Amino acid sequence: MKLNASALACERNGRVVFSGVDFVVKSGELAELRGPNGSGKSSLLRQVAGLVPVSGGGLTLDMGDDDSAGDQPLPQRCHYVGHQDALKPSLTVRQNLSFWAMLLGGGDGDVERALAAFGLQALSEVAVQFLSAGQRRRLALARLPVAPRPIWLLDEPTTALDQTAEKTLGRMMDAHLASGGMVLAATHATLPRKADHVITLGNGDSEIRRLQI
Amino acid sequence: MTAAFVALIRRDLLLSYRGGGVGAALAFMLAFLVMIPLAIGPDQETLSRLAPGLMWLALLLAVLLTTERLFQQDWDDGSLELLAMAPLPLELLCLAKALAHWLGVSLPLAIVAGPLGILLNLPVDRLAVLLLGMVTGSLALSLIAAIAGAVTAGLRRGGLLIPLLVLPLYVPVLIFGLATTGGDLGPAGATPSLLVLAAIVLITLVLQPWAAAAALRAYFR
Repeated sequence: MKLNASALACERNGRVVFSGVDFVVKSGELAELRGPNGSGKSSLLRQVAGLVPVSGGGLTLDMGDDDSAGDQPLPQRCHYVGHQDALKPSLTVRQNLSFWAMLLGGGDGDVERALAAFGLQALSEVAVQFLSAGQRRRLALARLPVAPRPIWLLDEPTTALDQTAEKTLGRMMDAHLASGGMVLAATHATLPRKADHVITLGNGDSEIRRLQI
Repeated sequence: MTAAFVALIRRDLLLSYRGGGVGAALAFMLAFLVMIPLAIGPDQETLSRLAPGLMWLALLLAVLLTTERLFQQDWDDGSLELLAMAPLPLELLCLAKALAHWLGVSLPLAIVAGPLGILLNLPVDRLAVLLLGMVTGSLALSLIAAIAGAVTAGLRRGGLLIPLLVLPLYVPVLIFGLATTGGDLGPAGATPSLLVLAAIVLITLVLQPWAAAAALRAYFR
């Protein structure tokens, strides 16, 4: 499995965020996205997730000889953990995670394992509105192991995490990469695991193109 | 795909009862119906004549009150992005949201509206057919609400736009809903109006998933 980007460009609201980005990420590799604020790290992750349109160049997933998933579109092969944690404050920790497990095709056993891995078992019946920022982040990350997805897209995954949780995330990434997955992570901090690639994006002051009306 | 569809409906029902969506709408409907005798006077004959129309209005407005939250909460907390990436087509996602809204909000409101009609001196012999019309029509109300909710999902102050989008579409439901309890029904009784109401429900059921999904897609551009 190989994720290819060739001359990838992104345009938001008439402004070119980045253009001419090339990279190849293979199975078992962690790619780190680096760049100053506004250079398009999040936009690139969101392009892979299908949430932001690709305005130039190509983004393709080459499955190689493993075509077990058929013609499943790219976003459905991805986990995306962004700045928003997609948690419902009035539901409990377990209800939130079970919902995503059911929606994404995971099982109840996976939910229990994920809660245990991130140390959330004691909080499983607590409503999410009473959690701290770090606990919410851990719960958002607990979505990763509940349903198998070959590509993980992580936007500042270590924000608000304590050292124990960072180590847990590191172990989870190791296991995911060892089983042939890939990880794309945008960050300013140090990731709990050494990256195989660093994709550096521009300086954020890219040219401003007028909206063509 | 079925599991994802059911999971979404289950979660939305849970949220509707936990988050107070249906509770607030019920309280609004009760307050509205209690105010009416104060506003138009206690004359029992007038109240009785106006009762079906006022109850339909109470239902429409209570459903309208919950429309803004339909997609906006999922948009605000990032759930909608993850839902869009899930192995569930956006059309089915919108249908699931609308059905959950019907089961969680509109249907309970329509059922409760009947007994509340006694407050307005609703003739008891009209109650059954009015209730049948409201339960049928409430599904169309939820489906239309879900279209407007999808259009305004990512808009600040989208709530101001919703009545403008929704109320014109509610007009046919209101007209044929009321026709079931009209003064001179003719030899066929309420059946023709109920059938038209059912036809409106079926049309919205077919059109809603595409309309709402198209509105959501515009947000991922």
